[in-house]
Amino acid sequence: MTDTQALRTAAWPTEPVASLEITPATVELDGVVKVYSGHRALDGISLKLEPGEFVALLGPSGCGKTTALRALAGLEAVDGGSIRIDGDDVSGLPTNKRDIGMVFQAYSLFPHMTVLENVEFGLRMRKVDKAERRVRAQEALDLVGLGERGERFAHQLSGGQQQRVALARALVTRPRVLLLDEPLSALDAKVRVQLREQIRRIQTELGITTLFVTHDQEEALAVADRVAVMREGRIEQIGTPEELYVTPATPFVADFVGLSNRVPGTLKAGTITAAGTTFALLGEAQPDGPVLAYVRPEDVVLAAGKTAKGLDATVVASSFLGSLRRTTVRLDDGTLLSVQHEVSVQPAPGDTVRVGFRGNPVSAVPAP
Amino acid sequence: MNARRGIAGPVRLGLAPSRVTRWIILGLVAVVFAIPLLSLLEFSLRDGFTGTYTLDHWIGLFDPENARPYRQLFQAIGNSFVLAAVTVGIVLIVLLPTMLLVHMSFPKLRRVLEFICIIPITVPAIVLVVGLAPVYSIVVKIFGSGTWTLAFAYGILVLPYAYRAIQSNLDGVPVVTLSEAARSLGAGWPTVVWSVLLPNLRRGVLAAAFITVAVVLGEFTLASLLNRRNLQTAILQISSSDPWISAILALIALAFAFLLLLLIGRLGTVGNRNRS
Repeated sequence: MTDTQALRTAAWPTEPVASLEITPATVELDGVVKVYSGHRALDGISLKLEPGEFVALLGPSGCGKTTALRALAGLEAVDGGSIRIDGDDVSGLPTNKRDIGMVFQAYSLFPHMTVLENVEFGLRMRKVDKAERRVRAQEALDLVGLGERGERFAHQLSGGQQQRVALARALVTRPRVLLLDEPLSALDAKVRVQLREQIRRIQTELGITTLFVTHDQEEALAVADRVAVMREGRIEQIGTPEELYVTPATPFVADFVGLSNRVPGTLKAGTITAAGTTFALLGEAQPDGPVLAYVRPEDVVLAAGKTAKGLDATVVASSFLGSLRRTTVRLDDGTLLSVQHEVSVQPAPGDTVRVGFRGNPVSAVPAP
Repeated sequence: MNARRGIAGPVRLGLAPSRVTRWIILGLVAVVFAIPLLSLLEFSLRDGFTGTYTLDHWIGLFDPENARPYRQLFQAIGNSFVLAAVTVGIVLIVLLPTMLLVHMSFPKLRRVLEFICIIPITVPAIVLVVGLAPVYSIVVKIFGSGTWTLAFAYGILVLPYAYRAIQSNLDGVPVVTLSEAARSLGAGWPTVVWSVLLPNLRRGVLAAAFITVAVVLGEFTLASLLNRRNLQTAILQISSSDPWISAILALIALAFAFLLLLLIGRLGTVGNRNRS
């Protein structure tokens, strides 16, 4: 059975399960350092998760996001700083004493156990009696919509179902913190979207403090209360998805979160003049001079025909993306721009068009 | 493309032999193996004086009246089983935890461990004995001269086979992820190993144990050169006075080893069936 079929056939409940009431915890990473063979994978990162908050760690491969999550889980020893859960320093505690729930990127169900036995495992470790174990495990499975599949083995489930069982297994012990290490990356696109929504719904219902690691910006922006963008072992910016998208603090964030056009221009007294338009500069003040302005595709306006207002451009490519269309155009000076527009406008490669800018504030980096 | 070249059907690359060729090769190999075994069986059924066929030699081996003359032989068989058990113990207590540790915590050492484990297969038994002789002078001082002490040498001898059996299973199981998942759920290391890892490595561990038993029961050189008595040295010894019994024992030992290897193969197919 494919993931998509499985999602259609398995009923997902909408009511929270009473026995899974969780007391949300505060999580603090304070100046955490992790060094691998001279390379600082974590370069003194500090992050605080409020009780019940859903925070996503977002960044490119090798930025240290998984290391940060594993340090919080106790799977990596840290070389400096402290990690506190509800004020208790857990830096020296082994993983099995930290009272966390974790879902891994790779399928991690125990192959020799049934689904129900997998979910019961954490309760067995906590010496919960058998009858209660059964009830609680069944409730956790009901929560993820797999109550009917308790007797199956992992290899009899689809990837999406396995991750849902892993989620039930992580939650059944009522952990103080839920850690999600790219749990959706092995799944196909449609299941990813459905499962991330289910994760978010369950997290909201249970109110569990959650740290979610992903390299997929769309995923992070869609589910998290706050997103921390990481780069080279440091947190570049932390804020709500809207803050990150609308007011990126650094060029890296502007570049990494969402699509951006780099338009050459000149900065003078906090105002950028680029492609015949003026933009207010976002973020910290910068010295005057030539800059590259980061302009979102939705801030570029496309108009067909030579008579329209704006700069002359030639269509290079155009893609239909469902509810919108994205077109790449080349300005006369050779600058490539990505434009997001309605699907009713259907430019073809080679067409001559005109482009303009909405003039929203932009971030910028000094031109090389 | 085929049509352009004038070929009607699918192209045979000629890499795999045909079904008939495979059966011919299998038949030839079977004959090569079967001839000495059948000869041994035929010899064990032959009466030494009349040349007729009889089951007397087979029945005589298990006749309680012959317990006394065959006492040393049965003692040697007992020694071999004790040696097999101790050697399996060494594999499970020393090799298995070492491999788990290297696999999970020191993956860079895997090649080193593999190299060390393969060495015994590349060193001739006589060279091993020359090296082990002075070691055994110390072993005798510490543990005495009991035959079971030979298991220390056998523990080295079976390394290549046991290592391969366990490693192939380790490669197919996400040991690190499973152990991390178990630890995140509150399990300590002993529970992780006993309740999570071993059940998933059962096939490899059993295969290693069975192959260890097979190797130990068939080992002659080390026991003979280090002056210990086991099944194989006893078979040689008795062959001068009662060649039929030595032939029967050789057949039984081979059948037992064959049975063990069959079990190892069966373990593999059982695992595959469960997966499917």
